[in-house]
Amino acid sequence: MFQFLLRRLGVMLLTMVCLSLVVFFFVNLEPNLKKLAIFQTETRATEQELDRWLERNGYRDNFFVRYGRWIGLAQKQPVLDPSTGAVVPRFRYCDEKTVPVYSGVLQGDFGCSTAFRTTVNQKLPEALAATGILMFWVLIVMIPVALLMGVLAGMREGSRTDRSLSVAAIASTATPEYVSGVIFTAVFASWLGILNGSAATALTRGISFYNFTLPVMTLAIYGIGYIARMTRASMAEVMTQQYIRTARLKGLTFRQVVIKHALRNALIAPFTVIMLQFPWLLTGVVVVETMFNYKGFGFLLVQAAANNDIDLVLACGLISVIIVLATQLISDIGYAYLNPRIRVG
Amino acid sequence: MIETVSTFEIIVGVIGRLWPVWLAIGAMLVFVWFYKRKLGLFGQLFDSSLGTAGVLLCAFWVFTAIFADIVAPLDARVPIAILKNALPGSVDPESGTVFLFGGDQLARDVFSRVVYGARIVLTIAPAATLIALLVGAALGLPAGYFGGRIDAFLSFLANLVLAFPVILLFYLLVTPGIMETPIPYTMAGVLFIIPIIFFCVMWITRYGARPARMWLFVGLTLLIGFWIYSGLVFNADPLGIIRIEPNELNIFVAVVFASSPGVFRIVRGLVFDIMTRDYVAAAQTRGENPWYIMIWEILPNARGPLIVDVCLRIGYTTILLGTLGFFGLGMGPESPDWGTAIKDGSKVAQLRLFPWQGVVPAFALMSLVLGLNLLADALREESLKD
Repeated sequence: MFQFLLRRLGVMLLTMVCLSLVVFFFVNLEPNLKKLAIFQTETRATEQELDRWLERNGYRDNFFVRYGRWIGLAQKQPVLDPSTGAVVPRFRYCDEKTVPVYSGVLQGDFGCSTAFRTTVNQKLPEALAATGILMFWVLIVMIPVALLMGVLAGMREGSRTDRSLSVAAIASTATPEYVSGVIFTAVFASWLGILNGSAATALTRGISFYNFTLPVMTLAIYGIGYIARMTRASMAEVMTQQYIRTARLKGLTFRQVVIKHALRNALIAPFTVIMLQFPWLLTGVVVVETMFNYKGFGFLLVQAAANNDIDLVLACGLISVIIVLATQLISDIGYAYLNPRIRVG
Repeated sequence: MIETVSTFEIIVGVIGRLWPVWLAIGAMLVFVWFYKRKLGLFGQLFDSSLGTAGVLLCAFWVFTAIFADIVAPLDARVPIAILKNALPGSVDPESGTVFLFGGDQLARDVFSRVVYGARIVLTIAPAATLIALLVGAALGLPAGYFGGRIDAFLSFLANLVLAFPVILLFYLLVTPGIMETPIPYTMAGVLFIIPIIFFCVMWITRYGARPARMWLFVGLTLLIGFWIYSGLVFNADPLGIIRIEPNELNIFVAVVFASSPGVFRIVRGLVFDIMTRDYVAAAQTRGENPWYIMIWEILPNARGPLIVDVCLRIGYTTILLGTLGFFGLGMGPESPDWGTAIKDGSKVAQLRLFPWQGVVPAFALMSLVLGLNLLADALREESLKD
């Protein structure tokens, strides 16, 4: 088990380094740097001035040196004014160090957000917390509904309940967040007027049924179908096993068989599916937060990408990659732990 | 004040405008009715009600896309002043045309835009899925068959792409700035050459003993392949038939890139399973070329799950395209594709006052994906029956 964990962690680390390199490469492409330089210098700066700005602020250094600075394996150099030799900050709103220091992601410094004019460290935690609250409610709604649907459908394969629940599950997997969001808002907010079509007040005035139901519902619906179908398949398979027949022949009622014997074995597969659902939820979070104007992690990612905010995109990218890899690891370990037939040595 | 017609008249009007679609679906049903037994898997789909529903939904959108020029009353991109935020069923006082689903924010006919949107979605999604399938198969077959280092390396690459959050991938890959760099063209060049190589290997392994036929097929593949290739990657088709806008190429590449690792994993898994069969052992004993075994023995026997996956994947690609449109990535602001339309219609104020602008394309997208999912489900049921 220990060796398995160690190897998985090694691969995970390698994946993370590769992906962060890719993200770093893409956000530092020439057009993006140009845009940044234009944004930071006066509007009518000439080509040479833009180039000089980039040169002075270290954007023209070797790619790996810059990556090392971001990660925290190379020293960040203070920016010097070429004429006076005095230290001038790269961005006025983030007080950057005046001496060369190691200050990167490893040291907990995510850099400077040019779109929000503050440090990334100041912006990121509250956004993550906001998204955490949203995710919490989504999971609270999504998992029980999906598991219940799957178990009820898989309990008696081919019955009417099974068929109608399966159609519902298929329909829900055909409804991405931006579709369900539009339809729900049109029905519940515009037409019936019972729910709020914007979740902006959830952060300022607290969460209420009125402002938080639509985003949670929208986000949950796409995942429910998938988890329910996996649960159904798993449940249906378990119900054909010998031990279920034995339990029935022993004289137990159907209800007892389902609850005591089938359920525990049927819920192993959905566990992995739920964990692997997180990367999908990430896209959903971005859609829903944009649509309902909820200032969480997804909103931040969109703002960062749209405004060419290099350090913030990097930070968001790193965090999403960590989330994806961590859920994959947990799902693997959990599967091995829950399923007695799989023992990793 | 513009006059509007009643809801009933709108429904009748929509059904009336779609007459070529009904005609085509009718013809298809008559054909299926007479030749059901000879149609194999496609005929069996009509045995279940869900399968029939899936086929009908897909056929509806395919025919709508084909007959878009006849079905749509107006141009999808040209604004007409009177149409701005017009109610569904508004009547043009001059010509008497009924704007069935009203107008959008920029004064264009919502009905026509949805119809033309079907054409965009149904060109890009199946084409991208097909290329993703070929790329995934071309890499998944050797990974599964040879195992070892090749497998470890390719699987690592696939997992790398799969660990990348789709939305971040799109934001990095489909930005206007990236068009100035050679990246999309390099990626297109690499991704699109894989199917050509794949087909060449396919002919060479099959007809190695009959060089005349082999060279004929290889030559044809190269000719057609590089014709399409030059049109897609360099936008320099000598005949000028195949051309693609740089931003469309960008979307296409991003979608293929995001979707092929999934195919890779499925093909690899299937190869692991099929490798244990006797006919593979027989071919190995005959001393067949490994590539012959992969392409002509293993791949045809993996077709069942792959067909199901393609159906699901076209639906998923449709969703991805919608996501791209929703974030305003890649597609131009005038593009009638459903994602862009949903984005424009989903702003809070817009949804409150003019809900049809977002709801109509949303329903369109949902029904197409639902049709594809039902189709995939029915196909899976059918393949499990044998």
